[in-house]
Amino acid sequence: MDVFFANAISFGVIFLFGCVGEILTEKSGHLNLGIPGIMCMGAAGGCFGVKLVAMGESPNGVLVVIMGILFAMIFAGALGAVYGFLTVSLRSNQNVTGLACTIFGVGFTSFFLNNVVLTEGVSTALSYAGLNFFNAHIPGTENLGWFGTIFLRQGVLAYLAIVIAVIAAVVLRYTKAGLNLRAVGENPATADAVGINVTGYKYTFIVAGAAIAGLGGLCYVMGYMNGIVGSTVDQTIQGIGWLSIALVIFTLWKPALAIVGSIVFGILYILSSRITGISFEQIQLLNLIPYIVTILVLIVTSILGRREMQPPASLGLSYFREDR
Amino acid sequence: MDENVTLELKHISKYFGSVAANRDISLTLHKGEILALLGENGSGKTTLMNMISGIYYPDEGQIFVNGQEAVISSPQDAFRLKIGMVHQHFKLIDIFTAAQNIVLGPGGGRYGVRRINGQVRSIAEKYGFELDPAKKIYDMSVSEKQTVEIVKVLYRGADILILDEPTAVLTPQETEKLFAVMRAMKADGKSIIIITHKLHEVMAISDRVAVLRKGEYIGCVDTASTSEQALTEMMVGQKVELNIERPVTEFDRPLLEIRNLNIKNDVGSLAIEDLSFFIRGGEILGVAGIAGCGQRELCEAIAGLRKVEAGGIFHEGESIVGLSPKAIYDKGISMSFIPEDRLGMGLAPSMSVTDNMMLKNYQDTRFGIRPIPDRKGESAFVRRSKHALNRVGAFVDRHDPFVDRRKARAEAQRVIEELDVVTPSAETPVRRLSGGNVQKVLLGREMLTEPNVLITAYPVRGLDINSSYLIYDILNRQKKAGTGILFIGEDLDVMLALCDKIMVLCHGRMMGVVHADRTSKEQLGLMMAGALDLAEEKGKQMGVAKDSRIGEDQAWSE
Repeated sequence: MDVFFANAISFGVIFLFGCVGEILTEKSGHLNLGIPGIMCMGAAGGCFGVKLVAMGESPNGVLVVIMGILFAMIFAGALGAVYGFLTVSLRSNQNVTGLACTIFGVGFTSFFLNNVVLTEGVSTALSYAGLNFFNAHIPGTENLGWFGTIFLRQGVLAYLAIVIAVIAAVVLRYTKAGLNLRAVGENPATADAVGINVTGYKYTFIVAGAAIAGLGGLCYVMGYMNGIVGSTVDQTIQGIGWLSIALVIFTLWKPALAIVGSIVFGILYILSSRITGISFEQIQLLNLIPYIVTILVLIVTSILGRREMQPPASLGLSYFREDR
Repeated sequence: MDENVTLELKHISKYFGSVAANRDISLTLHKGEILALLGENGSGKTTLMNMISGIYYPDEGQIFVNGQEAVISSPQDAFRLKIGMVHQHFKLIDIFTAAQNIVLGPGGGRYGVRRINGQVRSIAEKYGFELDPAKKIYDMSVSEKQTVEIVKVLYRGADILILDEPTAVLTPQETEKLFAVMRAMKADGKSIIIITHKLHEVMAISDRVAVLRKGEYIGCVDTASTSEQALTEMMVGQKVELNIERPVTEFDRPLLEIRNLNIKNDVGSLAIEDLSFFIRGGEILGVAGIAGCGQRELCEAIAGLRKVEAGGIFHEGESIVGLSPKAIYDKGISMSFIPEDRLGMGLAPSMSVTDNMMLKNYQDTRFGIRPIPDRKGESAFVRRSKHALNRVGAFVDRHDPFVDRRKARAEAQRVIEELDVVTPSAETPVRRLSGGNVQKVLLGREMLTEPNVLITAYPVRGLDINSSYLIYDILNRQKKAGTGILFIGEDLDVMLALCDKIMVLCHGRMMGVVHADRTSKEQLGLMMAGALDLAEEKGKQMGVAKDSRIGEDQAWSE
């Protein structure tokens, strides 16, 4: 049972990266449906970064982790920047652009992993790095009972996810930058009128959100899968990406709630593979639960009608100063 | 350079396409004075002020702030020069508190809820605002929102404040409070420009008045040495006939009768309490009352948009309670409500004038299939076949799925011409028109349908004098045609001149119905304030017509 919850958390933090990234993006008024593709880009970039430094005789563990994180963020951030350029500067339709980013990101990842990253001997190096560096445990936590197993035996990316979520929550709630960002997402014309750099905020948080979401892809490959790059990795991450976007609704656009929500989604996601003796159809039904829960949340928040529970008012709308 | 001049405009011009919104305007603002900027709709007041506050950039001319030439190319530049503008359409974030809205913007040090609430409270106390810093904008009334906007500008250190028609949305009491605050700001050394076209307010608050007409600067006079009449002449360029026509018509039997009506407002308390009145064909019944006394709820209830809690609404003797808005509209009851923000109700802003014309009559289109006429000497079979074909044709004709754009465009053209709507074309999106023109489109559409009961709330809100008179003319034309008109208005002088009878509401209760030619402004004012209740004094129930079309049994079976 302890192991089940430990696994749920290590899976849940993948959602957490995607969810916090998407929350930051949506708070700037942009609905980025490219998150699944961006998370794939993170996986591709992360594996590439790890490959650059993990091939030698005795690779430096800290360097491997940093390179993985760095390249995951660069690749994902690059696709986020493309999305930002199209939707902020060219004011193209956000839904269409986002879906295009997903299609591109998933396809690119599949191509890039198979043809550029996974050359001779790389698989071994990746799984070595995943097992020993990304999932290195805190020394002396082996025999701390269920608490230790669930909370102290996670990989480094799991803690990073929680830290990022907490920082995001603090920034949004308690800083001037967070206030300004929320203003941009609520009513860009108002934000513009008081002198907030609307375009700057949008770009910053779209790219930052994408980079954070990209860490989710890295987290899946190097963290949860211990560096084993399967042939369907792009499809799996894409599915996680869609759930991350659903999780944003589930957590009412609050990064602090996202920590809890992602663990709930993690439990629901791995539930079907942990319960024995159920049929294939039942597994499929179990996999539906996160979506059903999200719809229920939407229904409940709609009935309550509290303005604070609604998405940013200008979500999905392009902003053009001279447009009245 | 005069030490006392804080802002100086020299030969400012601004063109939109080929239209000059402002042409060669020079203007000075002194330290610690209130300057009223007076002009009709479309005279370029807001455009001029937008150039000072950095929304637009002038095509020609110079702006001097405290003697230094200034380049104001963005709102930030304006803030840096301590210029702040309160726009007519509030720029506030609904889900933020007052304090959060006020501190919004780049820079400004640390952010802590208690700290900013304290700062905001101290500014409010200094100038005498009533403001709760922790209140969310969506819970606020229009006047509270305006207060937030003004405090926002002050918080950012503005020394020059520009208020764009601040009183258009305020009740007389709120206006008085605003003026008190403005005087406090003036005493503190702030310079204020107030845009308005209410002459008595100009006289009450300003030190000097600058007048614009059709984008041109007409002149600037000391308020103390001028009169409303002189200002009106400057503003409109010709003497305006201040008498509104009140044609005498044959009153018909009651068209619309309201009996013991109770309606709840959005928060569930009674907005209209036990209200009875009637409108006859060929009369204009005015409704006077302080804003928010149930006028909106009454309109919505008659139009079928709001639930009636108790009582009845009868059109030509038939109850219309519970009918759909469409069914009520089809009976010839038209409602046009100009909300406080002018844009909210009735029009789709991103659709063109033509498309907006179609919104209400899209179901009236016909292919124009004409029945085949009978001819002499036809056999019975041919005739029966023809009749069958004609029935099919009529059915298809009634269910025409296509909209008739040509007709709608003709209607749009008619409204544009008759009401002098300033628009590049009938295909221009409504949101690109100025506020007054938007309003004309809305009213024009309602009047085109030639309703038999016309309910119109604040039809001249924010309109200039000439446009207002056009609206009065149209209402009178409708009246002569036998339409019963419910005119919910704000300006008592206008209502006294235009309406046949005036009903006064005070907090949802009727204080009485008086004949417009046999009452005085003072009497109406007392009734609006609730100090005079004619409804109780007379003993009999007011608002029930002697020749009612409602049968006794019908009235009480509701």
